[in-house]
Amino acid sequence: MVPVAFLVSVAVFLLVHLTPGDPAAIILGEEGSSQTIAALHHELGLDQPLTTQYAIWISRVLHGDLGRSLRTHQPVTQAIGERLPATLELGLAALLWSLALAIPLGTVAALRRGSVLDVLASGFTVAGVSVPNFFVGILLILLMALVLRMFPVGGFTPLTVDPLENLHHLLLPAITLGTAGAAINMRFTRSSMIEVLSQDYIRTARAKGAPWLRVVRGHALKNALIPVVTVVGIQVGSIIEGALVTETVFSWPGVGKLAVDGIFGRDYPVIQGIVLCAALSYMLANLVVDLAYAYLDPRITYS
Amino acid sequence: MSTALAYEPAQPEEATAAGRPSLAALVRAQPRIVFAAGLLLLLILAALLAPLIGGHDPIATDPDHALVGPGPGHWFGTDELGRDILARVIWGGRVSLPVAFVAVVVGLSVGGITGLVAGYRGRATDLLLMRVVDAILAFPALILAIAIVAALGPDLRNAMIAIGIVQIPVYARLTRAQVLQLKGLDFVAAARALGASPLRLVLRHLLPNLLNPLIVQLSLSAAFAILAEATLSFLGLGAQPPTPDWGSMINDGSRFLSNGDWWLAIGPGLAICLAVFGFNWLGDSLRDALDPRLRR
Repeated sequence: MVPVAFLVSVAVFLLVHLTPGDPAAIILGEEGSSQTIAALHHELGLDQPLTTQYAIWISRVLHGDLGRSLRTHQPVTQAIGERLPATLELGLAALLWSLALAIPLGTVAALRRGSVLDVLASGFTVAGVSVPNFFVGILLILLMALVLRMFPVGGFTPLTVDPLENLHHLLLPAITLGTAGAAINMRFTRSSMIEVLSQDYIRTARAKGAPWLRVVRGHALKNALIPVVTVVGIQVGSIIEGALVTETVFSWPGVGKLAVDGIFGRDYPVIQGIVLCAALSYMLANLVVDLAYAYLDPRITYS
Repeated sequence: MSTALAYEPAQPEEATAAGRPSLAALVRAQPRIVFAAGLLLLLILAALLAPLIGGHDPIATDPDHALVGPGPGHWFGTDELGRDILARVIWGGRVSLPVAFVAVVVGLSVGGITGLVAGYRGRATDLLLMRVVDAILAFPALILAIAIVAALGPDLRNAMIAIGIVQIPVYARLTRAQVLQLKGLDFVAAARALGASPLRLVLRHLLPNLLNPLIVQLSLSAAFAILAEATLSFLGLGAQPPTPDWGSMINDGSRFLSNGDWWLAIGPGLAICLAVFGFNWLGDSLRDALDPRLRR
């Protein structure tokens, strides 16, 4: 993981240097005079050799300093920290929605293979990953907010200010963000459940006269959900990725919105900070998934 | 190698033929392939014939007919500048579909060659190449694509490059895994013992046997590429106005939702769903047909 983390940090560092032309001149646009460009060069450390720039940058990053936003001059760590709770809340709600939909439906589809419900569930798994989540968001806004007027079109109320209002604003974005995940999780639950149901120990449990529901709940589901843990873990790691679009559609003031605003404001420290956080959380999630896998399935060992 | 010669050397052509069923057999195994391919063919034909079937100019504005709802003359309605949405959706296929094609070709060629070289050479080359691939894989795909476009500047060409780059690891890993598996098989050892050059080994013996999983992956990657391009354009990082592009049309349309002008976003949204669904469906059915272990 360490060599990969190093390469990731180099890639994130080099992002600014990918810009065609002089980043300082691009950031300042037409307003930039040669003096302000030179000053920004110095501020960004662009007047140093590349290796020195990286050494300075990485030592700051390792001390938790991701630089300052070029637009607001707020420390990037602070900007991300302020918006992270909203993104985590959205991500958690989306995850809950996806699991609440996927596990029961995936299980029933596996138990009733070939039934109408199974066909519908399979249709949902393909459709769920084929509809872009911003389009899901727009359809939900159209139907639930504008036609039925049950939910607001967007915005955010902090949980600490008004929990009910917070939930009211949360539902549509959470459904938007969680639907694609639900489709993937359902697919995994279904195929894993089918595999587990054909195992000998399930037949043994049935032969012993255990009630079907108890066999499914107590014996099959527990083991069938192990592969689902992998996908869910990776989904947790990529919350920022999904939030990027959903937060834009619903004006949800989270890290994703911060990233999109950063891109249009050419706020490179903010973009670098968020990309680095997204990559690290993704890598960490993958690591946790690997460890959790070994814990859940005693047959797997990492030597 | 000498042990391999003790056996009757397997004919690579036979191995290939046995490994890849004919088109008719594929369709018999999975009739869904015909429907998925038909749907995609329809979308591609519509994009190709856009000048003939588009009806209206997708770029010329017509303020007298701005924001007209769906009806005769404008089946998908018109946008805020009076442009026919259906025409723009049809012309939009000429943007989104080629972007997907180019991005997939970039991913396949760079990733495929990386995987081939890593798998074939092994040792330090493999270690080095795969660490780079792991580093790309360490980023969530869309975040990396967005970061690359943010750095290079938002336009369609950069979106294509970015989507292509994020696809590299998939092909690199897939090809490497297959090459490692094939390298140990008798027919490869036999070909090598008969004096085949590394290039001939790769081109004549390894590549044909790699095709099955690659074909499936190509279809799934095209679905991802269309989604990613639509997302980048929706965020304003892909095609720029006035280019008719599905993602950016939805972005435009979303601004008019509150006024009750719902139709602006629906047409392009459906087009994206159909294209992505078609490629996902084709990829899934091909995988089921080509890999008997997955027939469930």
